[in-house]
Amino acid sequence: MFSDLVRAVYIAKKDIKEYYLKPGSVSWGLIFPFVFSLAFMVRRGGVSVWLAPGMISLALFFGSTSMSAMAIVFERRIGSFERLLLFPVSYICIALGKSLSSFTLGVLSSIPVLILAGLLVPTPPTYPSLLALSIVLATFTSSTLGVLISFLIKDPSQTMTIFNIIRFPMMFLSNIVIPVSTFPAILKFVSLLLPLTYITEAVRYAYSGTYDIMPPEASFTITLILGIIFLYLASIIIKKSIP
Amino acid sequence: MSIDVDDCVLVAEGLVKKYGDLTAVDGVSFCVRRGEIFGLLGPNGAGKTSTVRMLCGLTRITEGRATISGYDVVKDYRRVKELIGVVPDLSNLYWELTCLENLLFCGEMFGIPRGERFRRAEELLKFFGLWGRRNDKFKDLSRGLKRRLTIAAALIHKPAIVFMDEPTSGLDVMSRRVLWGKIAELKRRGISILLTTHNVREAFEVCDRVAIINKGRIVAEGRPWELRSAFSAEGIIEVSFRPRNPDVGEVEGLPGVVRVEERQGLLKVITSDAAATVEELARFARSRGYELYLLNVRGVDAEELFLKIVGES
Repeated sequence: MFSDLVRAVYIAKKDIKEYYLKPGSVSWGLIFPFVFSLAFMVRRGGVSVWLAPGMISLALFFGSTSMSAMAIVFERRIGSFERLLLFPVSYICIALGKSLSSFTLGVLSSIPVLILAGLLVPTPPTYPSLLALSIVLATFTSSTLGVLISFLIKDPSQTMTIFNIIRFPMMFLSNIVIPVSTFPAILKFVSLLLPLTYITEAVRYAYSGTYDIMPPEASFTITLILGIIFLYLASIIIKKSIP
Repeated sequence: MSIDVDDCVLVAEGLVKKYGDLTAVDGVSFCVRRGEIFGLLGPNGAGKTSTVRMLCGLTRITEGRATISGYDVVKDYRRVKELIGVVPDLSNLYWELTCLENLLFCGEMFGIPRGERFRRAEELLKFFGLWGRRNDKFKDLSRGLKRRLTIAAALIHKPAIVFMDEPTSGLDVMSRRVLWGKIAELKRRGISILLTTHNVREAFEVCDRVAIINKGRIVAEGRPWELRSAFSAEGIIEVSFRPRNPDVGEVEGLPGVVRVEERQGLLKVITSDAAATVEELARFARSRGYELYLLNVRGVDAEELFLKIVGES
């Protein structure tokens, strides 16, 4: 168990060296969420304390999922993913290793937006420690979701397209820009099916002390549970990928 | 030839692999002894790669079983992975990592302690002539050097057996020579190697034993010379006469001669009894006033033998 954890860290370390400077990671993982946040925050003039956590969630979500797309789909395409299957490690260790590298980029992506929010939002975060915890939890869940999706993609050339088909609707349906509470019932239902909704609610509560549709106990717990489920499913898919 | 299973590092018994209705491997059994190079040869789609992938856990076994150093490849798969090194047909190390970083990462994944990792990586890089390139990224290496590093990565944890899939595929003559030399050196160091290759000539030179697989079944197995004598009594004599070569028909009439081909001024005499035919050729030359200018006797070509075995199967 412990040795698997250590080896998951080694996989993450390797991925960081290998993929952090790849165009896909930089453009979709770092530049896009920052520029998007900048555009939204500056356009609105005085940034509301409501918008900032949404932008932070968006940044960590794009950062982590972009990294997993690079680190998994690319490796599967060139055949080096198979190398991981030849090491004496469990499938969950591989999924965790991939998630950890995505996690790191997710956290890194959120930092410029946090700084931006610190500069533009008139009030500081309500619960700084809880905000740190929410970012860790939210990035973990985003990472494992990204890893799960990456293993489901069959055609590597369609990776970013597929990721964006999934991510872009989430941007508008997951409480990032528009409060879910203002949605009609059907969209509200759809919103509750999206992991980013819970992630955003957790970050929002930690940042602003308020929430839209879900109390923090629920959003934090569901975010954690989803992360664990995605990780487990990813390990199952890795195992099933062996013909 | 009887084989003591206790002396084998790898034992495969009745391996079957089915993909839907297609049976890719159909009851393959063989063993690889400690410190030997065992070649698994066969045409494309014969079942070589599926067999090796089952042995290293990259494909599920439909039927049969296999053990490595006594450990079942399915039940004890994590232990088995510590005992095997795999060189895939593609050099699939990590592009952005340097040679040294690639080996260190593999060492980390096998749980080798830090100091020992560096020592082994240095030793392997030196052995494969890559120490001077240790800080170069994998993507910047030539194809031959990538191949060498991929083999080095398979050896970092001192495996009991190494699976090599087409180790010299796509390499130039010089790189192939160097690599075969290294592989022979690994054998001298006591490492068992299961080799799959299309290059039958090279396999016959380097392997202690070979198995020829066709349509998912092993159709011949043994030492290269055993296969030669079992499947073909023929020998080949390359001969040239002065002042000129006689007609092909005249030589074909000599006792023991199966057929004669003339190519680039050289007569290639395929014979069922090389020693007797050499005597006949000498007698023929004397009686007709020819001088034997060149005479070269060799066994049947490995590729021809391979084609014959596959064809007969």
